[in-house]
Amino acid sequence: MASCGGGGGECHQSHCQRSEEDGGAEEETRERVASLSFAGDSPTSSATGDGALERCTKCGETVAAAAPRAVNGLCAACFRAYLFGKFKLAVTTNAMISPTDNVLVAFSGGPASRIALQFVHEMQCISLKNWDASKSQALPVFGVGVAFIDESAISIGPLHEMNKVIAQIRSIVSTLSPAHKELHIAPIENICSTSSNDGRIRLNELLDSVTDATGKEDFMKYLRMLTLQKIALDNGYSKLLLGSCTSTIACHVISATVKGQGYSLPGDVQYVDARWEVPVVLPLRDCTAEELNKLCHLDGLELLQLIKRPSNSINSLVSSFVARLRDENPSRERTIVRTAEKLRPFCFNKFVENTYHEFVPSRLRCKFQNINNSETALSEVLCPLCGSPLSEPEVQSLRNIQEKTQTPVENFAAHCCQSCSFQILPKGAESLQQFYTVLPQSVTVRVTDGTSDHSQLGELIDDYLLVVDDDDDDGT
Amino acid sequence: MDNNLFKPGERVAVAASGGKDSTVLAYVMSELNRRHNYGLDLFLLSVDEGITGYRDDSLETVKRNEIEYGLPLKVVSYKDLYGWTMDEIVKTIGLKNNCTFCGVFRRQALDRGAALLKADKLVTGHNADDIAETVLLNILRGDIARLSRCTFITTGEDGPIPRCKPFKYTYEKEIVMYAYFKKLDYFSTECIYSPNAYRGFAREFIKDLERMRPRAILDIIRSGENFRTATSTKMPEQGTCERCGYISSQKLCKACLLLEGLNRGLPKLGIGRARGTNGLNKRVEQRNLRSERTGSNIESKQCGTLDF
Repeated sequence: MASCGGGGGECHQSHCQRSEEDGGAEEETRERVASLSFAGDSPTSSATGDGALERCTKCGETVAAAAPRAVNGLCAACFRAYLFGKFKLAVTTNAMISPTDNVLVAFSGGPASRIALQFVHEMQCISLKNWDASKSQALPVFGVGVAFIDESAISIGPLHEMNKVIAQIRSIVSTLSPAHKELHIAPIENICSTSSNDGRIRLNELLDSVTDATGKEDFMKYLRMLTLQKIALDNGYSKLLLGSCTSTIACHVISATVKGQGYSLPGDVQYVDARWEVPVVLPLRDCTAEELNKLCHLDGLELLQLIKRPSNSINSLVSSFVARLRDENPSRERTIVRTAEKLRPFCFNKFVENTYHEFVPSRLRCKFQNINNSETALSEVLCPLCGSPLSEPEVQSLRNIQEKTQTPVENFAAHCCQSCSFQILPKGAESLQQFYTVLPQSVTVRVTDGTSDHSQLGELIDDYLLVVDDDDDDGT
Repeated sequence: MDNNLFKPGERVAVAASGGKDSTVLAYVMSELNRRHNYGLDLFLLSVDEGITGYRDDSLETVKRNEIEYGLPLKVVSYKDLYGWTMDEIVKTIGLKNNCTFCGVFRRQALDRGAALLKADKLVTGHNADDIAETVLLNILRGDIARLSRCTFITTGEDGPIPRCKPFKYTYEKEIVMYAYFKKLDYFSTECIYSPNAYRGFAREFIKDLERMRPRAILDIIRSGENFRTATSTKMPEQGTCERCGYISSQKLCKACLLLEGLNRGLPKLGIGRARGTNGLNKRVEQRNLRSERTGSNIESKQCGTLDF
């Protein structure tokens, strides 16, 4: 557990570069850490005896332990290197970022997305340095942009708060130099309409028609993803990077189970999610919220204090449940995610082959979908609201409805997964019709977007398909 | 009916603890059998773990059920089968891993009892709440093998006696209400040895969840049924125990291993993860082994069996 992660050599390099650039930031960190433990707020100080010094389990430096037992007494520098190592390993092993990519980092202001932004920036700096130093400069350096969703249209906080927040974000992004990063601030209502006022009205109407508290929260989550996808598409980004960490994913595993979404769950917990037009990558998947929080604290990274509306949903119940489990056993979150990892992922959990794919080392070619594989040809039917692949019984019920003539609304509703049908779609034909009219076009268009074509294609080639054995995806 | 659980002429043993689930199960099975002529030969099968002040009282309830429902009763006891009662076991090993012993012994006891009765099937009173809890527990523990099996309505078809759970989709609340309105006679106290089982975490969560969204319990079961588990998940190879001939993936079945420990004064033998295939080479887990296989602690629920 005390290893610095896969890229040991490179971690060290980045660490050295940092101290070169910042001239003694490392010293500052150590002092800060030392003062932390003397102040007695680190739990290990009581374990080791008030402010007693101990050796870092990795580098042997005699400093006060930076973190609680969960990170096994690493000093601040090694702890940082350990987290960065995990990030880098995830990126390289899954071929997440190619030199030609333009990566959009979704920034919420919380610790996870702050660290994601920081680490991507550091990777970019390393690539830049390497590019500078290389004679041929054949491969370019990937670009990075930042996206923030302005939710003041539905927020309970005063309006001027958002202006402060936006100013803060601009200042954070401006500190990430060299390599300029474009900042995109998109109001959430833009997904409903380009006109701001009309957008607000439509958005609020949409949210009011969702009566279930959990449904409302989840619907907002789906709208956020659509907004991020829109920003990415409109501005030429090729990857969308989220800061989803182990803790978030553990909560999602439980919530999805509890909402009956067990079939689609494996699609949401992988490193890569290519079902979207701009593929989504999760490089912080193996870091817990506690670790990321700790690092923000140690590095003095600025976080946004956004007012959260009180929640009485299943999601918040699950969060407190997982928090109780974590208190009882800190590694429970990892175990939960590991269980979900043992489920069979979907074909969209791999990148689609592209021109860059030829430059990828052969050991990483398996991270790309084989387009000749029949599994890809028969793609899953996806729910237009949440993007979940429909399970066999759901598809069956959809086909049954499609056999009879139906209106666009009925067709749309039939394509929704049973969880969205229950918690989001309004009950009653009239309210459903109204809801459908106000839905963003980017949602409704997903139904006519070739899912029926795929099933027809499936039927066409069905006779010619050989029976393929399941992959030897040994979950143990 | 949808799951074709039974065929006419089958001998079916109803696992009965005297608690609400098994009492309602026995009542409903015998009623339906009578009304719709299922042609089933029903028996009550009860396990006496030898817990004074708990099991002896609940067994009285089962004996009354035998008379009330007209179903013959067979009681198998730990004392007869293993030479130890739970009271004696707890005196020897304390309250830490007692539920492990009880769970392992009970599973075998039920199978042996069912075999003595020449039963074709065993039915247990596990309800929707139980199964939802088990799905969650298996996720929390990383037990993908059990996760893929725990929602089957019938299990152990390749084992000694197939078992089914007709109440798989029945809420605990419904069972309680049914028992109440039908004025059924059942025993409702929790086992005196039940510790702070890990299952309690999941149970509390599910109760809160049910209050918020009642259908969530069935949704958990549906998720469990739909999990995309790899078909090549390594399942343990099934053999037989060298000592007693019971089904086992190791040289000695778990019950024999635990008994060995008890008889030799090695209470930790068989507790914790196995190292290697030699069943006798176990090492003790570093953390407290919270017995994952226990039943919940509420209301006469029969302690969970292992075959999830």
